[in-house]
Amino acid sequence: MATLLPPPSKRQKLAVAEKAREQQELQSIPSDLGSVRVQFFDQATGNATGPAVSVPVADANVKNLETLLNTLQGNDDDDRVPYRFTHQSDKEGQTIDIPADLYHSLLQPGIKTTEDTISLFFTPQAVFRVKAVSRCAASIAGHGEAILATSFSPVSSSTMVSGSGDSTARVWDCDTGTPLHTLKGHTSWVLAVAYSPNGAIIATGSMDNSVRVWDAKKGQALGGPMKGHSKWITSLAWEPYHLQESGRPRVASSSKDSTVRVWDVVSRHSDVVLTGHRSSVTCVRWGGTGQIYTASHDKTIKIWNPKDGSLIQTLSAHAHRVNHLALSTDFALRTSYHDHTGKVPASEEEKVAAAKKRFEAAATVNNKIVERLVSASDDFTMYLWEPSSSNKPVARLLGHQKEVNYVTFSPDMSYIASAGFDNHVKLWNGRDGKFINTFRGHVGAVYQCCFSADSRLLVSSSKDTTLKIWDVRTGKLSMDLPGHKDEVFAVDWSPDGQKVGSGGKDKAIRIWRN
Amino acid sequence: MPQNEYIERWQKQHGKRLDHDERARKRTAREGHKASYDAQNLRGLRAKLYQQKRHKEKIQMKKRIKAQEEKNVKSAADDEPSKTPLPQYLLDRSQATNAKALSSAIKDKRSEKAAKFAVPLPKVKGISEEEMFKVVNTGKKTHKKSWKRMITKPTFVGNDFTRRPVKYERFIRPMGLRYKKANVTHPELGVTVQLPILSVKKNPSNPLYTQLGVLTKGTIVEVNVSELGLVTTTGKVVWGKWAQITNVPENDGCVNAVLLV
Repeated sequence: MATLLPPPSKRQKLAVAEKAREQQELQSIPSDLGSVRVQFFDQATGNATGPAVSVPVADANVKNLETLLNTLQGNDDDDRVPYRFTHQSDKEGQTIDIPADLYHSLLQPGIKTTEDTISLFFTPQAVFRVKAVSRCAASIAGHGEAILATSFSPVSSSTMVSGSGDSTARVWDCDTGTPLHTLKGHTSWVLAVAYSPNGAIIATGSMDNSVRVWDAKKGQALGGPMKGHSKWITSLAWEPYHLQESGRPRVASSSKDSTVRVWDVVSRHSDVVLTGHRSSVTCVRWGGTGQIYTASHDKTIKIWNPKDGSLIQTLSAHAHRVNHLALSTDFALRTSYHDHTGKVPASEEEKVAAAKKRFEAAATVNNKIVERLVSASDDFTMYLWEPSSSNKPVARLLGHQKEVNYVTFSPDMSYIASAGFDNHVKLWNGRDGKFINTFRGHVGAVYQCCFSADSRLLVSSSKDTTLKIWDVRTGKLSMDLPGHKDEVFAVDWSPDGQKVGSGGKDKAIRIWRN
Repeated sequence: MPQNEYIERWQKQHGKRLDHDERARKRTAREGHKASYDAQNLRGLRAKLYQQKRHKEKIQMKKRIKAQEEKNVKSAADDEPSKTPLPQYLLDRSQATNAKALSSAIKDKRSEKAAKFAVPLPKVKGISEEEMFKVVNTGKKTHKKSWKRMITKPTFVGNDFTRRPVKYERFIRPMGLRYKKANVTHPELGVTVQLPILSVKKNPSNPLYTQLGVLTKGTIVEVNVSELGLVTTTGKVVWGKWAQITNVPENDGCVNAVLLV
């Protein structure tokens, strides 16, 4: 009887598969294919850029296409932009990513032939690259109860604030992993924390129905509680930096009592009260065009003018409570004039101008300033809106099998990520709301997710006690970050991409870095 | 007018008796005495019917008292909807807290190292082999040597078990006494769930019983807790967990166990 070899173990099989894949990648492009005509389109606008260009197939890799496109756009040698190329197939409307070259992604599978003109959509990528965080730099105890909200300072990744169930908020020095300040004053859980766009003031909203503001540097209270709400605070939003009257920043707070109040931080009273929702307001966002967006349990999204508190628009399409809102310009508004170079303009006017410029760069589509809005709801769907053009949704994002809790735009606005109670994170196209990918891996409800500053990575926090880092482009798990001892309620990726901060039921803040 | 409403008719025509209210009051005041008298003195079928009626009345009464008590409870300040702090997005949701609360409770427990080897039933009565096994002596050869045993207690037999040929089978585990599921209670939460048994880990009386999968009081079994949704710190779903049997399965016809946390 012949001896049967045991079947290969999983490790062996994986190794073989990996080797095969590598070998395939090394395969060269046949040199006798001649050339192919390529037409570039801007992914953001859908417009053609330059004429159709003939490119030798042997040289049609991403690097060379990038150079070609930069030349077509007339970019100088020193500000060349990296691009990502995709092809939208005609029949199924499916998006094909081009990771290496045209031959292996389009010609070899027979999607296109060398006779056709290939239309390539390009999206500019961040000129900097964020490394996936891979290890826990610090686990800092300090809070006496579960951590409910975290937020990094827009200035740098070295400070972070967290709100907790022990009715304090704490400011952390993330470089050394030590506590900086304890913000004491609230009498109940701190549910929302937010840094002002210039990073000087922290606002906290609490279960005790009050909003407090603090000096971020000194950790001292700026006056007492700002009272007015009759139920707890659900969310906070600062006025965008370029809209602020100088020296008079304002913050909007939404509450369970179905109102939104706009507080003048200096004079410490509410400027405007936005009333009109019929149920708890879950989320408030202050847009860069000076409008306030609110989502509520009464199934509607309302848009307000904060000057006189008048209602501009009501968006109703959802069939159940709306949980969360995200603006396409969220990242630009949050970080105002702090960009990836770390240079801060000297004077106040320059800061405002820089903040305005960043916002406009983010919001301009087809030479128009357009803010898109995406809303997540308990009816398992999301809607993508463009409130300036229509009160009908641009797209309905179907796919989640349970409540969608959290939704966010990527900093470059090309993606939307949504986290649901069905254990999945889903990725959507930020322009038309088309489904791209599902990130499977969590075994518990996913609570929050956050893009890295270069939009190439996504971190998600879950009930299953882990954080997971996903590679947006490949849709694969890039890094699994176990370590928390209980569910992770809040996660944030610092705007400069250095660190990830998370907190949850196990009462410890964890700082992750690469 | 319906025939039986003659009293109402009379009352409409002539009014109530002058002492009607007084009599009604007295009758209700003596209701307890009447009930007691009937309960003690009725015999036979009438007693049976009376007990049934009284039983139903008592249920109603208890329900009403309970509802009243709930109404009387002064509600605490409405500010904190749950005891454990929750983020904004989980407030206002009727949470399936069960498995959750549980995992944190387990962790608290784990920190006390002493609790690691403590089981709910530290000591149980030993079971002798005479009690456990019945000698089978059917057939000529078996009768001569008497080497075949029938297990008289409930057992757990794994899914992949195949019987040996009858000629070689030393221990018979009767089909009627096999159990696949256990009612497992989580001690902290006080919830009971029916979970599939995976294996028998330890029978305190005898290692042989462990091998045979005998389920007696105090036996440690492994149960499949994947339904509870517990997760480890690395974010994997906990699958098997140990539980100790708390009842005498052969007396009760079911297996009750308490989870070891």
